[in-house]
Amino acid sequence: MSSSSAKLPGKPAAKTTGLHVGTIRPGVPKVDPIVTIDNVSRKFGGLVAVDVEHLEIPRGAITALIGPNGAGKTTLFNLLTGFDKPDTGTWNFAGKSLAGIPAFKVAQMGQVRTFQLTKALSLLTVLQNMKLGAKDQRGEKLMFSIFPFLWKAKEQEIEDKAMELLARFKLDTKKDDFAASLSGGQRKLLEMARALMTDPVLVMLDEPMAGVNPALTQSLLEHVLALKSEGMTVLFVEHDMHMVRHIADWVVVMAEGRVVAEGPPNEVMKNPAVIDAYLGSHQDTDLGTVTGRITLPTKGKK
Amino acid sequence: MDWSSILSNTAQGLLSPATMAFALAALGLAMHFGFAGLLNFGIAGFMAVGAYGYAISILSFGFEWWQGILVSLVASVIFALILGIPTLRLRGDYLAIVTIAAAEILRLLFLTNAFVDVTGSADGLSGYHNSFRAANPFPEGNYGFGPWTYNNIELWVLVLGLITLAICASLLLLLMKSPWGRVIKGIREDEDAVRALGKNVFAYKMQALIIGGVFGSLGGIIYALPSSVNPGVYVTSLTFFVWTALLLGGAATVFGPVLGAVIFWVLQAFLSNVLPALVSSGILPFISSIQASTIRFILVGVGLMLLVIYRPQGILGDKKELTFVK
Repeated sequence: MSSSSAKLPGKPAAKTTGLHVGTIRPGVPKVDPIVTIDNVSRKFGGLVAVDVEHLEIPRGAITALIGPNGAGKTTLFNLLTGFDKPDTGTWNFAGKSLAGIPAFKVAQMGQVRTFQLTKALSLLTVLQNMKLGAKDQRGEKLMFSIFPFLWKAKEQEIEDKAMELLARFKLDTKKDDFAASLSGGQRKLLEMARALMTDPVLVMLDEPMAGVNPALTQSLLEHVLALKSEGMTVLFVEHDMHMVRHIADWVVVMAEGRVVAEGPPNEVMKNPAVIDAYLGSHQDTDLGTVTGRITLPTKGKK
Repeated sequence: MDWSSILSNTAQGLLSPATMAFALAALGLAMHFGFAGLLNFGIAGFMAVGAYGYAISILSFGFEWWQGILVSLVASVIFALILGIPTLRLRGDYLAIVTIAAAEILRLLFLTNAFVDVTGSADGLSGYHNSFRAANPFPEGNYGFGPWTYNNIELWVLVLGLITLAICASLLLLLMKSPWGRVIKGIREDEDAVRALGKNVFAYKMQALIIGGVFGSLGGIIYALPSSVNPGVYVTSLTFFVWTALLLGGAATVFGPVLGAVIFWVLQAFLSNVLPALVSSGILPFISSIQASTIRFILVGVGLMLLVIYRPQGILGDKKELTFVK
C-alpha cells in the first residue's frame, strides 16, 4: 500500500545534490548550511536524549531526520526551536546564535515548526487559525487592537493570503468551520498551511505523514516539494522510508541521541550502521513475507 | 405570603450595585477563563484589592473618590503582575491554585489585627463617602418608579456602575474582535502552537490577566461604593458565586457574564424572600426560616453542578465554542 503511494504521477522534482564538502561522514560540513549545531546535549535525568557533536543542515534543500523511536529526533527539534533548552552546546540559525532565544523569537526569525501531535487550535475557525500565523499585524498589539481602523487594511491582506494558501491545501471550503471538525489529515494540512503564513525560511515538520492516508500523503509530499521550489529549507522527521527516499535531498540518521550517519538518501539507506540501527534488513520486503504469514513473489530492490 | 414584597425585592435584584459588581467581576473572569483559558479562582482577591484600595486611599490618605479608583486600578495591576510573573509560565492548573491561595492571603492580611488602623480588621471600613457623594450630579430627591425607586445617592452609584459596566463590556467586545483577541483565543486552545507561530504567549497571558483583574477590581469598587467594605464579603465563596454567574451566562461571551450576574442576583433575591415566606406559611416543613434563607446557597451549588454538566457553554454560549471536557 505504501509502496504504491510513493510512486507519484508526473515528473519527480529534481533532487538537490552536491550539498556537502569532503567525504560523507556524520557531521560533514555543508556548502551552505542554514543551521549549525555544535556539542548540543540534553539529558533527562540519567537519560541522554540528545548528544550531537556537530551537524549542519543544508540551505534550500529537504533534509530528513530519521532514526528509531527514542533516538532524540523530536528533542532535537524542540532544542532547535527554543521549546526546550540544551544542557550544553551552541547552535546557529542563519548565522545567528539561538542560545537563550525564546521559542516565539525563533519563530519570528523565520524558523517555523509543526508538531508530532497536531496542534490545530480546535475552537478557532480554519480561517482564524490561518490568520494567527500572519506576521506584522499591528492589531495583535493591545494598544492598537481596540482601534479597528489601524489594522483593518492589514487584516484584509492577511485574509487574502490565507485564502490563497487554503485553496492550495484544498481547505478553502472549510474556512468557517471550527478546526476541531477537521479530520486528522486535514489538521496536518492546516498546521502546515498555518506555518506557511509566517513566511518561514526554514520549515520544520515533525512527522508530517503520521496517520495520514495514502492519497493525502501524496498531496502532502507535493506540498513539501513545493516549499523547496519556493526557496524554503525543509527539515522533517519521518518514519515512512518511501517518503524519505522520494523527497529528501539529504538524510540525517540519529540513534540514541547521536548522529550515526548522514548522506544522500540512497547511499544512507545502504549504510550497514543505518540498517542495523533503524531500518532492519527487511525494509523492502512485505511484512507478510517477514512474518511468514503470506508468501509473496520476492520484489526486487527499487 | 406577601407576594408583592417578594416580587418587589426580586425586581430590585435586577438593578443593584451588587448585580453590577458581579457583572464586572464576571466580565473579568470571562477575559481570564473564557477567552484566555486562565483558571483564575482568585477573583474575590481582585475585588478586595478594588474595594480596599478605594477605601484605604480615601480614609488613610485623604484622596478624592476618583483618585481612590485610580489607586485601586493600579493596585490590581500590581496584584496581577505578582500573581502572573511566577505562575503564567507554568501549566494552567497552577494558576488556579496560586490565585485561590493569593486571594485568601490578601483577605487574611486585610482581616489581621496587625493593620487595624488601616484596614479596620474584622470591622472593615466605612465612612469614606463624603468625596463621592459631594460629586453627585443628581439633586436630592427620589427617582424611578415601583420597585426601582432610588434616592439621589443610590442613583449616582447605579449610574456610575452602569457607565463602568458599559465601558468594560464594550472594551472587551472590541478586544475580542481584534487580532489581539484572536491570539488570546489561540492561547486558550494551545499555547505551544501559538508560540510556534512567533507570538509572545507570556506577554499576552499577562495582558489578559491584568485586564480581567482590573475589571474585577472595578467590580469590587462598585460593590463598596454604596455602603462599606467588609472582609467577610471577599471570601472564596464570593469567587464561586462570580464563577456561577459567569458559567450561567456563558464563559466565552461578552454579554453572558452580565446576563449571568443579573439572573444570579434576581434568583438570590427571590429565593431569600420566598423560602422564609414558605416556611412561615407552613408550606416548607421541618426547617426554620433562618435555615430556609441559607438553602439558597445549597441551591446555588446544585445549580452550578447541573450547569457544568448539562450546559457548560452557558445560556449565551455556542456549544461548540466552549466545553469543559476537552
